[in-house]
Amino acid sequence: MAETLAGAASDAAEAMPEFPMPRAEGCPFAPPPAVEELREQNPISKVRIWDGSTPWMITGHALQRALLTDPRVSANDKSPGSFPFVTAYRQQIAEYTPELIVNTDAPEHTRLRRMVNGPFLVKRIEAMRAPIQKIVDGLIDDMLAGPNPADLLTALALPVPSLVISELLGVPYADHEFFQENSSLALDRAAAPEDSRAASTALSTYLDDLLGKKLTDPGDDVLSEMAGRVTAGEMSRSEAVHMGVAMLIAGHETTATMISLGTLVLLENPEQLALVRDSEDPKIVAGAVEELLRYLSIVQVGLRRVATEDIEIGGQVIRAGDGLIVDLHAANWDPEAFPGPDQVDVTRPARKHNAFGYGPHQCLGQSLARLELQIVYGTLYRRVPTLRLATSVEELEFDHDGTTYGVASLPVTW
Amino acid sequence: MRVELDEPKCVAAGQCVMASPEVFDQRDDDGVAILLEEQPADELLDGVREAVAICPAAAIRLVDQ
Repeated sequence: MAETLAGAASDAAEAMPEFPMPRAEGCPFAPPPAVEELREQNPISKVRIWDGSTPWMITGHALQRALLTDPRVSANDKSPGSFPFVTAYRQQIAEYTPELIVNTDAPEHTRLRRMVNGPFLVKRIEAMRAPIQKIVDGLIDDMLAGPNPADLLTALALPVPSLVISELLGVPYADHEFFQENSSLALDRAAAPEDSRAASTALSTYLDDLLGKKLTDPGDDVLSEMAGRVTAGEMSRSEAVHMGVAMLIAGHETTATMISLGTLVLLENPEQLALVRDSEDPKIVAGAVEELLRYLSIVQVGLRRVATEDIEIGGQVIRAGDGLIVDLHAANWDPEAFPGPDQVDVTRPARKHNAFGYGPHQCLGQSLARLELQIVYGTLYRRVPTLRLATSVEELEFDHDGTTYGVASLPVTW
Repeated sequence: MRVELDEPKCVAAGQCVMASPEVFDQRDDDGVAILLEEQPADELLDGVREAVAICPAAAIRLVDQ
C-alpha cells in the first residue's frame, strides 16, 4: 500500500514540468514559454527540480510579493523540509556556510543586514555619482580610441562594475581577471561541483588574506569597515570573508549583464533608444533602467525559500517544509502588473518590478546597481550616437546556465 | 494624510529615500528609515505613495487622519 502510494506520488512528480525550463529559440529576452503557461494556468503550482523534489513555483507578481514578505517563508536552507537548492554543490556547502544575510531570517537577518548596510545607504551611494561618471567616461574614451568594432562586454560592461566594486570593497582592480573568472565559475549551474568549490575556496582565501591586511592597515573601504567590526567582536572573521565574497560576486556579473543586455535591447528597439539618448530629463534614463530591469529580469534561477508553517494562498495550501521557487522574470512579465509585458516601454511605470527580489532579502546593492546603470545608459548612447551591433542577434551566444542570464560577448561598432 | 513607519519591520533598503527624499532619510550607522515629515504637504504625497508601493518590507502606510 505504502509502495503503491509512493509509486503514485512519483508518477505525479514525473508528470510535473521540469524546472528550469528552456527559453524559446529566437526569443532571447522572453521568459520560457512553459513558465508563461504556468503563470496563465496557475501562478502557484508544482514543478520538479534536479534532485527529484517538487517545490512550488510562484509566477504571479502579487503572489510573490505576498510570500516574500510572509514571516512563515524562510530563506534559511537549514530549515526543516525540502529546501529547493539550485545545484548539488549549493546543497553540499549549505551546512558549512556561516549565517549570512542570504540564508537567515529575522531577527538574525535583521542584525546582519543592518551591520553591512552602511556602505549602501542611498546618500553614500549618491556620493559615488561623480567618481563612477569619471570611470565610465574614461572607459568610453578608451573604447573609442581602440579597435572598431569592439566587444562592449570587455570594453565597458564588465570593467564598470568591477572597478566600482573593487574601489568600494578595497580590492585591487589588478586582480579582476582572477575574481571575475572565479565568481563566474562559482555561479555556473553547469559547472562540476568540485570546480565551483575550488572557485569559491580561491575567492575566500583571497578575501581572507586581504581582510588580514585591512586589520593591520585599514583603508577607506568596506573590507576595512568589516575588519573594524571583526576587531570590535561584532562580526566573526568568517562572516566578514563570506560577506566580502558575496559582495564581490553579486557586485559585478549582474550589473555587467544589465549593461550588455540592456544595450542590446535598446539597439533592437531604436525608438526607445532615441528616447533615452535624446531626453534631457534624468527621469527618462532612470525610468529606462527600471524598465530594462523588469524586461530582462536577469536572475534566471528564481529565489529559493522553504515554508516553516502551513500557508493558505491562491487557492492552494503550501505545507510546512515545502520548498518554493520564486521566478522573478515570470512576475515581471505578469500582464496583471505590467500590461503588454513583452513590449519595452521606457516610459512605463516599472518601478514595482521584482527584479531585485522583494521583502527583507531584496538586493543589498540595488541603489549602487541603479546608479551605475543610470550613468552608463545616460552616457554611452550620447557619446556614441552611431553605436550599433556588429553582428546579428542570432549569432550571439547567450548564457543559459549561469545564476544570471548573460551574453558571452557583444560586438559593437560605431 | 499621515505617514506611519513601522520601524521594527524596516529592512533598511533605502527605497523610501529614493522615492521621497523630502519625507524619508536613513540612519547613518545602519540605514534604518527615519520619518522626516509625519504630515507631508500635498505635493509630496505622490512620492510617499511610491515609497509605500515599493517598500520591500511593507513598513510604510499613508493613513487618513
